[in-house]
Amino acid sequence: MDFNLTQEQTQLSDTLRRWIEKEYDFEARRAIIKSAEGVSADAWSGLAELGLMALPVPEAQDGFGASGSDMFAVMQELGKGLLVEPYLATVSGVQYLKQDAEKHAELLQQVAGGEARIACALGEAQSRYNRYDVAMTAKADGDGYILNGRKTVVVHGAQADHLIVSARTDGDPRDHSGISLFVMAADAKGITRSDYRTIDGMRAADINFADVRVQVASLIGAAGEAWPIIDVVSDYSCALICAEAVGIMQATYETTLEYLKTRRQFDQPIGAFQALQHRMVEMFIEVEQARSMAMLAAARIGSDDAEERRRTVSGAMIRVGQAANRVGEEAIQLHGGIGMTNEMQVAHYFKRLTMFGAVYGDVDHHINRFTHQPAFPQSA
Amino acid sequence: MNLDYNAEELDFRAEVRTFIEENLPSDIQAKVLAHKRLNRDDYKRWHQILHAKGWVAPAWPVETGGAGWNPVQRHIWEEEATRAGAPNVLSFGVNMIGPVLMAFGSDEQKSHYLPRILSCEDWWCQGYSEPGSGSDLASLKTAAKRVQEDDGEYYVVNGQKTWTTLGQHADMIFCLVRTDNSGRKQQGISFLLIDMNTPGITVRPIITLDEDHEVNEIFFDNVKVPVKNLVGQENMGWTYAKYLLSHERNNVAEVGRSKRELRYLKQLAMAYTSDGKPLLEDPLFARKVAILEAELMALEITNLRVVSADDGKSEPGPEVSMLKIVGTEVQQRLTELMVQAVGPYGLPFDAEFLEGETEHAVTGKDDAAPLTAAYLNFRKASIYGGSNEIQKNIMNKMILGL
Repeated sequence: MDFNLTQEQTQLSDTLRRWIEKEYDFEARRAIIKSAEGVSADAWSGLAELGLMALPVPEAQDGFGASGSDMFAVMQELGKGLLVEPYLATVSGVQYLKQDAEKHAELLQQVAGGEARIACALGEAQSRYNRYDVAMTAKADGDGYILNGRKTVVVHGAQADHLIVSARTDGDPRDHSGISLFVMAADAKGITRSDYRTIDGMRAADINFADVRVQVASLIGAAGEAWPIIDVVSDYSCALICAEAVGIMQATYETTLEYLKTRRQFDQPIGAFQALQHRMVEMFIEVEQARSMAMLAAARIGSDDAEERRRTVSGAMIRVGQAANRVGEEAIQLHGGIGMTNEMQVAHYFKRLTMFGAVYGDVDHHINRFTHQPAFPQSA
Repeated sequence: MNLDYNAEELDFRAEVRTFIEENLPSDIQAKVLAHKRLNRDDYKRWHQILHAKGWVAPAWPVETGGAGWNPVQRHIWEEEATRAGAPNVLSFGVNMIGPVLMAFGSDEQKSHYLPRILSCEDWWCQGYSEPGSGSDLASLKTAAKRVQEDDGEYYVVNGQKTWTTLGQHADMIFCLVRTDNSGRKQQGISFLLIDMNTPGITVRPIITLDEDHEVNEIFFDNVKVPVKNLVGQENMGWTYAKYLLSHERNNVAEVGRSKRELRYLKQLAMAYTSDGKPLLEDPLFARKVAILEAELMALEITNLRVVSADDGKSEPGPEVSMLKIVGTEVQQRLTELMVQAVGPYGLPFDAEFLEGETEHAVTGKDDAAPLTAAYLNFRKASIYGGSNEIQKNIMNKMILGL
């Protein structure tokens, strides 16, 4: 048993941290957010040069075949730097493509080379966090399918050049069966994207599909049998945002601690007050408990035991989600008035932490999933 | 990063599991699993079974009669023993005074007391807290005055200790006493080993809110203690006391026990119904269980992070305080939800059943009968061993530096 990062993971973390300090500091980030694109092509090629794009791609497609704990190390650092690039969207896309890797080898190779960005268009207006709630349709038509429907709040949907899209080839809107996954160029005929800002500095889009024609070759996995793939890849993404949140919480903790040491009131540092000391200790504990769960989730996302994987990932989403909320709110309160200003980095940590569960399921969603696992009456 | 046990550790787990299955007396196991009260003989019997196997002192080096297990092995042992429903081996001898004597005791003290701790010939209790000295332990007043008598030199001890857990069964007490009043309060404290049969000692029960007799007050009235029973140097007792407290870390998170209790909670919530369905299927109750379960999953890993970083040599760090805080919060929450799980059956109080005087609870609900008493009893967990607020002070000082 070893809870330390390996030497390679530490090296990668250190390199990434130095790169972020140099290329992606708070001011640089602010400028990127304000730019028309909302993401940075330079940053993307910088990260690709560090090997981040090749990291999750299988070795057969020119990648490094990273483990869950490799990704844990990377996401933690990206969290500390609050990067707004479409990395999580792209590596989640990679996970989908990996389920049918030979067929989609070319796109995987492009991602590994830093030449492609992917977004995962799964959510719809009515679906909340239930990825099986798919109203969008894909009708078989000759050697392909015709897609109609609308995907909503697709993170980095307009910054991607490829989309992974769920659509129903069979069944009723909330059936687990009958869902299919397709990958397509984001500028395919019939796709319109409306791009907007998110509260935490990123971009998202609503995407309309009007008679979009795709080939059979664009299917990921078999038609109508995408649900198990969506379930496992969503867990992968969950584990990654847990790791990212731990990085953000660590940074939030550090910056708040520093503030308590320097801010003076009543002729003393405010950190001298026990009321604040205990709250700060509680924040420390939140971060460590969340870190433990994020580590566990990272270690289990590759597990063959699907039930254990679901239990662990939803357990992590519960515990990390609680911590994200508590740490963020406490950090603002401990900063006092200055924490309310958009000038302070802590405000931006807070915004991202607040939106922790907005894409992959909030605490309640994961409690529901956790308690509906068949083994819940016996597990401990 | 690798969160799995290696083959050796898995073998070790299988070995201890088999031993416990074959050797844990079923009557003791039944009491533990049902939250009933254990008596002196129950503790002693299990202690002696472990002693015969050489496993009663997991952390002691083999040459001193211990098991010589590393921190991960000790964790596995604790998990397996508590999973099966074995009682804890009482800390006072094995985990508290034993390590202090090994570090600071005289050769004579070591050769006399250590084997008797292992065999449970001496039942030890702890004389730290006083009525006026709880969290502010160093303010203690129980006085020991050195006098020369015809047959040798003695300390004459006067004062009062309190919260003495299971002191009613004890043969020996280790005590912090004041031998000097002139300097800082931490100076002038000495560490004495006192035979509980010495004239002048009175043990008076404290009945806790669950109507249990677990703790005591101990009065010292001109109690003569031979100077050979001083540990280390006079007025250096605070150093030894701190050493002891820092070694009181064994199993502070109580993960194994809490996992067992979580399973028990779920059994209860499956057996007790609401609106015709198991309570565990009520989303409001299931939600509370899930949140607690996620906390415990996290604690298990946090605990393993601390355990696996422990080289067994250096002093444990302030993260032990974190394990204590979260561990006790989880334990308390478990008892709270168990009471909730049985609904109205939390109300009847059946002392005879808890003491083992009757075979079944007066209500017929043997599983529910002990739960409210256990809930009340476990309010102690966030108070003892340094209250959770004191633990936060320690973490603040050692980690945050505010």
